[in-house]
Amino acid sequence: MASASIPVYNSSNNPLENSSSHNASRESLKMELLADCSLLPGEERIIDKDIIYICPFSGALKGKVFITNYRLYFKSADADPAVTLDVPLGAIGRVEKMGGASSRGENSYGLDITCKDMRNLRFALKQEGHSRRDIFDILFKYAFPLSHGLLLFAYLSQEKFEENGWSVYKPMEEFRRQGLPNDKWRVTFINANYELCDTYPTILVVPFKATEEDLRKVCTFRSRGRIPVLSWIHRENQAVICRCSQPLVGMSGKRNKDDERYLDLIREANGTAKLTIYDARPSVNAVANKATGGGYEGDDAYQNAELVFLDIHNIHVMRESLKKLKDIVYPNVEESHWLSSLESTHWLEHIKLVISGAIQVADKISGGNSVVVHCSDGWDRTAQLTSLAMLMLDSHYRTLRGFQVLLEKEWISFGHKFANRIGHGDKNHADQDRSPIFVQFIDCVWQMTKQFPTAFEFNERLLVTILDHLFSCRFGTFLFNCESARDTNELRSKTVSLWSLVNSDLSFYQNPFYTPESNRVLYPVASMRHLELWVTYYIRWNPRIRQQQQSPVEQRYIELLALRDEYLKKLEELQLSDSSPNSSHLSNSSTPNATSPTQHITHLHTPF
Amino acid sequence: MIIHCKDLRVFQFSLSFSKEEDAKKIFQGIVHHCLEPKSLRCLFAFSYCENTSYPEVQRKKQTVMFDSVEDWIQDMKRTKGNCRVVSENSNFELSPKLPQFFIVPSNVSDEDLTKYQGKGLPMWCWSHHSGCALFKTASIPLVQEDNVPQTYMEKMLTAVAHNHLYSVKTEDLSDTLPAVQDILLSYNKFKQFFLIDNTTEFWMSDMKWFSSLDNCGWLDIIRQCLQKAVEVVECLEKENTNVLIMEEGGSDLCCVVSSLVQLMLDPYYRTLLGFQSLVQKEWVAGGHAFLDRSNHLHLKDKAESQSPVFLLFLECVWQLQQQHGPAFQFSETYLTVLSDSVHVPVFTTFLFNNDSHRDNILRAESPHTQRSPLNCPTVWDWSVQFDCKAQDLFTNPLYSEKPKQDTSVRKSYRPKHLRQLSLPSSAFKTPPKKGFFKDEADNLKKILGVKRLSRWMLSPSSESPQTSSSVREFYEAWQTKPLDYHGLLLPCLDGPSIRVWMQRYLRWIHDVQILGGGPVAMLSKVSEILGEVQELQRQLDRHGCTLTSNHKGARPRAKTASVIAARSSVRLSSSFPFVTSRNWLFKPAIPTSLLQSLMVTGMAGNLADREDDGGGPESLV
Repeated sequence: MASASIPVYNSSNNPLENSSSHNASRESLKMELLADCSLLPGEERIIDKDIIYICPFSGALKGKVFITNYRLYFKSADADPAVTLDVPLGAIGRVEKMGGASSRGENSYGLDITCKDMRNLRFALKQEGHSRRDIFDILFKYAFPLSHGLLLFAYLSQEKFEENGWSVYKPMEEFRRQGLPNDKWRVTFINANYELCDTYPTILVVPFKATEEDLRKVCTFRSRGRIPVLSWIHRENQAVICRCSQPLVGMSGKRNKDDERYLDLIREANGTAKLTIYDARPSVNAVANKATGGGYEGDDAYQNAELVFLDIHNIHVMRESLKKLKDIVYPNVEESHWLSSLESTHWLEHIKLVISGAIQVADKISGGNSVVVHCSDGWDRTAQLTSLAMLMLDSHYRTLRGFQVLLEKEWISFGHKFANRIGHGDKNHADQDRSPIFVQFIDCVWQMTKQFPTAFEFNERLLVTILDHLFSCRFGTFLFNCESARDTNELRSKTVSLWSLVNSDLSFYQNPFYTPESNRVLYPVASMRHLELWVTYYIRWNPRIRQQQQSPVEQRYIELLALRDEYLKKLEELQLSDSSPNSSHLSNSSTPNATSPTQHITHLHTPF
Repeated sequence: MIIHCKDLRVFQFSLSFSKEEDAKKIFQGIVHHCLEPKSLRCLFAFSYCENTSYPEVQRKKQTVMFDSVEDWIQDMKRTKGNCRVVSENSNFELSPKLPQFFIVPSNVSDEDLTKYQGKGLPMWCWSHHSGCALFKTASIPLVQEDNVPQTYMEKMLTAVAHNHLYSVKTEDLSDTLPAVQDILLSYNKFKQFFLIDNTTEFWMSDMKWFSSLDNCGWLDIIRQCLQKAVEVVECLEKENTNVLIMEEGGSDLCCVVSSLVQLMLDPYYRTLLGFQSLVQKEWVAGGHAFLDRSNHLHLKDKAESQSPVFLLFLECVWQLQQQHGPAFQFSETYLTVLSDSVHVPVFTTFLFNNDSHRDNILRAESPHTQRSPLNCPTVWDWSVQFDCKAQDLFTNPLYSEKPKQDTSVRKSYRPKHLRQLSLPSSAFKTPPKKGFFKDEADNLKKILGVKRLSRWMLSPSSESPQTSSSVREFYEAWQTKPLDYHGLLLPCLDGPSIRVWMQRYLRWIHDVQILGGGPVAMLSKVSEILGEVQELQRQLDRHGCTLTSNHKGARPRAKTASVIAARSSVRLSSSFPFVTSRNWLFKPAIPTSLLQSLMVTGMAGNLADREDDGGGPESLV
């Protein structure tokens, strides 16, 4: 938050958060600075210091910074209106010293902070007396606690919420909602101790005919033991989405009868003639993977399956793409040839490929064909594809709680490596395992909400909040790589879930335009003509991008809704006060009336 | 046979089952009526009007046509302008190029009116509440040997300066904005992206969409026009300087910029009738050569004067409307329909080059010679094209109507609020303070006049970086204030903010239609509720009446009925209302030619070949 116009979506502006942390930090209230920023329960002040924030939008600003074990907070001293910054330490990716004790030039000595949320911060300090040493050391230590033997803030937080977010997702309940188990699909507890696959959840749904022994055999032929298991089943046509990792074909083109038979069981389950296997990768990469023991399902081995490559690139390409995007939007939006610059980042192109891949999956399922989706390990592109396809197919996932279930299920429980991809609390900013795969997924969801503004119960605020807390380490939700690691670290008993925050204030995240329509498949248009840059996320730090509390459309709609309720109330009062006791409302409404509201309204949306 | 329409529809007909002769006839018939040169009299409008008895509409409640002195006087009074209304040209005696009626600075003499066929004559457009005003003119080509035009120009400038506080800024749009030919070139490239006759081609072009858009320059031209308008707004609003914009001809970019300035400054023009009046004032009466610019007659020698200048204006309006929806009473659909109507050769609005041209033709074509001119509909008679229900779609459900009492206090309230905007001026001299004595000012006027004129002679390109940064400052200062939809509106000109007019350009392309989605999904919900609220209001009003009279009257239970109605919202597509729901293919459009994307591999270097979680020695090179 780099300007006076306070970006709405900054997590700390959530009124609820402020209220929830109201009881905290009584001892530090003496500090004048704290008056603006209420600490979270469990949050502790570490240091405060006079500093100059070199704001890319309003120039160098004198002020005070203070650092807690959760955040970096800065408030300008003399700018009017005051400029504040409120950055969770988890969002910090890199801290560097800038200039030396002898560097010349104004404000050339200080700190350079690279954030994971599309901004950089520069602070300048006095050159005398190693003034930055203590603040640098503290930032370095608390921004990267895991590299310094400290706990992530989620383990220190004492926050309490009305709702318990950890109870949002119960795998059995979710499978039951889908109508499982049934006579074709069964629930297996073979992975209860993470013995079959240490990156999978404990409860899996597999073909009824596949024995535990079969599963173990298939396990040896799939990368990291991630066997094909059911993610979603279509209620009417019983077509399923299964997810897995690549088969271990290798250079020699190994075959595995058990794996072949197992895939055929999936096909058989709803009597489809051909099973479609979507390999998310470009075919070149799939071929190349043979050299490292991986590969794809060959035609001759899997006779009843067709293989389709979806041409989605790997985590490294995505990382570089987002980096390029940051270069053209922060601090200033590229001025000359904006569109060409945007194209050269390829970010939206990747979004298009992911969405169109998911459309193909959803389309196949609607047509009654079961599909298997995988990439290399089945925890990045695969998660994107299955969860987006499920979002298109199943309106439940488009509700506020349903979306939480979707994330918990397809991303968290199936082992998207959040810890590695985000690098929570880890100082190694150049780690090649980091990649914005989940950010990209949320962007795809945003694109869908843009195209279908009435189909989702949640609003943009939820998506931004999710991304903020993807980095913040305030909640346990996105910590660790897989369920087994979460169990070892007692995550659910020692940390708070993000959904506790969200579900305690649902109305804040509700889309007023939401019109529930069950059984409706949403097909977004995966054309560059309709994809747009998510300006209110990627460019939100720029004060020139107007941050509106609500879009004017939303605002107007809410006003009208309130007005309608007010009028209805008035009308009812009038009716009550003046209706004779024997006149029935029912008969009233059934009597033909030339100007009844129903008739009036149907006129309004008659097309040309 | 493939037909490309001007509203970007593409039709394909197979002629394989028709006789060769018939096919030829059909083809030639279409070519003859659409593409071959013809005279104005052959246009459909004339056969249409002769055969249709068209009722004269009562003008009073309608669009102000600016075809009478009263209209001009009224508009000047409305803006509290203080200039001279000229009616000497009512029979086009001064110049056929000038409007029948117009307004000039009060210091312009009778003699001045007759010179240079109206070129160089500052035509009043609009007065700011501070008293300064916007004028436009056709520039006089400077002749080397004779400096009479220059002295005349100086005189005219002084007259403009005299209008308010002896300050004037001039802006030669021919130097700073693209030429009409460039506008045409750019638009021709741009529209090709939407004239799609096969799906494969469409998806092929999809990957390069952004750079193609960028290269055709259309969005950049839109941005430049908006930016120029903001510069002029800044002069009027911040500096309170009179502004004279000029260009050769004075009826193309002058019209674009002056209308945009008025839209940004004056909320009246953001109402439906206000907007139509603005088009009448600046474009129709203002003498924009609609006939030549749209080349209805397909004349070869007029081909180079063809240019979508009016469309460019509508594009700019659309950008403003996208950014500040609730400020406009008319909808996106209205703008789209208006842009289509330019090509319907029925409306007098878009058929002629100027007032005298229209007058001549309509009189000559009149069946009753020497009596009244031929009575043709204007485009504003929307009932000619659309029924009432369709016309409902012209209004913007988001429009936040101005509270009634505001109209009266506007004068006293707005200046105060807006003057806070004033920033330390960097690019211009602050205008002299109020309270100067007349004779003192007369001296000043001379000095200023010369000074400003020399400024005007300078090439403006040298100061363009400065102006663009000053525009940005102006925008930022405006942005920090609370947004008032009935006050000054400025567009954001940053790259991501200037966008493609989706409804106009994508409406016919099946593959990009979002079934059940698009902004229309939201807007239809808003209008639904709006309808309910209005109905309830009516009921309450009626109720109020019946209550006081005799405690009787129909009281339908509104609640349940309306709730059900709201739920069963009709499923529209993003192309609504242009494409009606036919039998929808329930198949999603799956992008073809995804293989193209493999080109990314080359660009991303060896990253693309690497393993996701390789990193170790086994990873590929």
